[in-house]
Amino acid sequence: MWPAIGHTGNSSQMDTGWRPTASIELLRIRAAWLTKIRSFFAARDVLEVDTPVLSNASVTDPNIESLLTTVNGKRYYLQTSPELYMKRLLAAGSGPIFQVAHVFRDGEQGRLHNPEFTLVEWYRPAFDQFQLMREVSALVSDLTGREIPEEEVRYLTYTELFEQHTGLDPMHENWSALNEFCASRQLHCPVDDHWEGAMDWLLAMVIQPVMRGLVFVNDFPAAMASLAKLDDNNPRVARRFELFIDGIEMANGFEELTDVDEQQQRFIRENQQRQAAGKPLIAIDEAFLGALGAGIPETSGVALGLDRLLMWSLQLDHVTRAMSFSPFVSND
Amino acid sequence: MASYSTSEFKSGLKIMLDGEPYNIVENEFVKPGKGQAFNRVKVKNLKNGRVIEKTFKSGEKVDGADVMDTTMQYLYSDGEYWHFMDEATYEQVQADAMAVGDSSQWLKEQDTCNVILWDGVPISVEPPNFVNLTVTETDPGLKGDTAQGGVKPATLETGAVVRVPLFIEIGDLLKIDTRTGEYVSRAKE
Repeated sequence: MWPAIGHTGNSSQMDTGWRPTASIELLRIRAAWLTKIRSFFAARDVLEVDTPVLSNASVTDPNIESLLTTVNGKRYYLQTSPELYMKRLLAAGSGPIFQVAHVFRDGEQGRLHNPEFTLVEWYRPAFDQFQLMREVSALVSDLTGREIPEEEVRYLTYTELFEQHTGLDPMHENWSALNEFCASRQLHCPVDDHWEGAMDWLLAMVIQPVMRGLVFVNDFPAAMASLAKLDDNNPRVARRFELFIDGIEMANGFEELTDVDEQQQRFIRENQQRQAAGKPLIAIDEAFLGALGAGIPETSGVALGLDRLLMWSLQLDHVTRAMSFSPFVSND
Repeated sequence: MASYSTSEFKSGLKIMLDGEPYNIVENEFVKPGKGQAFNRVKVKNLKNGRVIEKTFKSGEKVDGADVMDTTMQYLYSDGEYWHFMDEATYEQVQADAMAVGDSSQWLKEQDTCNVILWDGVPISVEPPNFVNLTVTETDPGLKGDTAQGGVKPATLETGAVVRVPLFIEIGDLLKIDTRTGEYVSRAKE
């Protein structure tokens, strides 16, 4: 067989790729989902808000890269999620709020990733993470039109998830156990100096591919807390959860950190990690810290990937098939 | 040689891994939402054709492989090397048994082959998908036994042995699919 080397594609093609990446039929379904989302939250008295895409600060998370643009000669970040603005609304007394937001993350591109995508993000004062998980299930059920009986939803801690699939304990750094596991499966872990990174690799390469059904994973390690509160009884874990459906990560939520000093420390620590990794430093959102200082109510919040849920529900082969267009993929 | 970051990975890109040239067959970006990003790739070793899976941390860099895909005419074999000529530049290269591998049994002089060069040296030779070769040896066909799918072995001018219908005789020119090593039909000169 002639190897597929030096293949340059169909050069005779004169199509400029003007067509949408999604079918019109899909776009009708997407529009119906947006209507359902609005009635879902209207029925629950959750206010729709619409915060700016641009901000003069962003998240410091070392694994999320913000895009920058210039306006009137000054640099602004494109939001990686509407979280910081939405929490400022909570501090200003908005009560429960939701938003359907376009968000931007540099460097994320693949079957499940597009640098621009849509999040459904909402905040529920007085909810704990488990109440919010149940509301996520209800919305997923509403949108996909599938009954999701509570007994079919699995709830696992991060530790349980890893123990079930690998026998490894992710909470305790143990490189020889990891190496033994990799050797037994003939795998090579590309991360050998950063335990959380190695766990990310295990999750993505070994565990997610075999996960089935709806699984809520919670009690993430404190080092992966992001903007979540730590557990009062066990400060090694954060009150953060993720929803996986058939191994695809669909939603990320947490009981929000409300302590301004702790939040400031995390921003600084994450910027130090960025510096050590040679990544650009991110301007810390002083206005957001100001809001935390003024006080936000005890709240749980979550972001759900709308495009991915559509992709899964309609069995599309690429996330951009759930979007009208993407300048980042060639459409032929 | 240029080096490539994982963000430039795509199928068809030739890279160096552990000192050997590989072709990227498949590339998938994977990333836990708040975690480290990875590229999972399937790569084919251009020397032995083996496909392996490998994961890179996103942002890692690898060296490109100086690999060229060329179309060359097969000239002759001197017993040790197979000689080819670039149809565009008339440059000549010689391929050793390692590079030619099983393809040697389908190589007929003046046929156009796909030759992969690494640092200017052939590392893989692919014959055309179909070649016409003459039968040099086969048992005599049985008269009247032209139907019913009976087969027998036949040796071709290159030394290859293929299974052919019973009516095939010595001196017949046959069209062979080199990808499967199967007889297709009788061919005209």
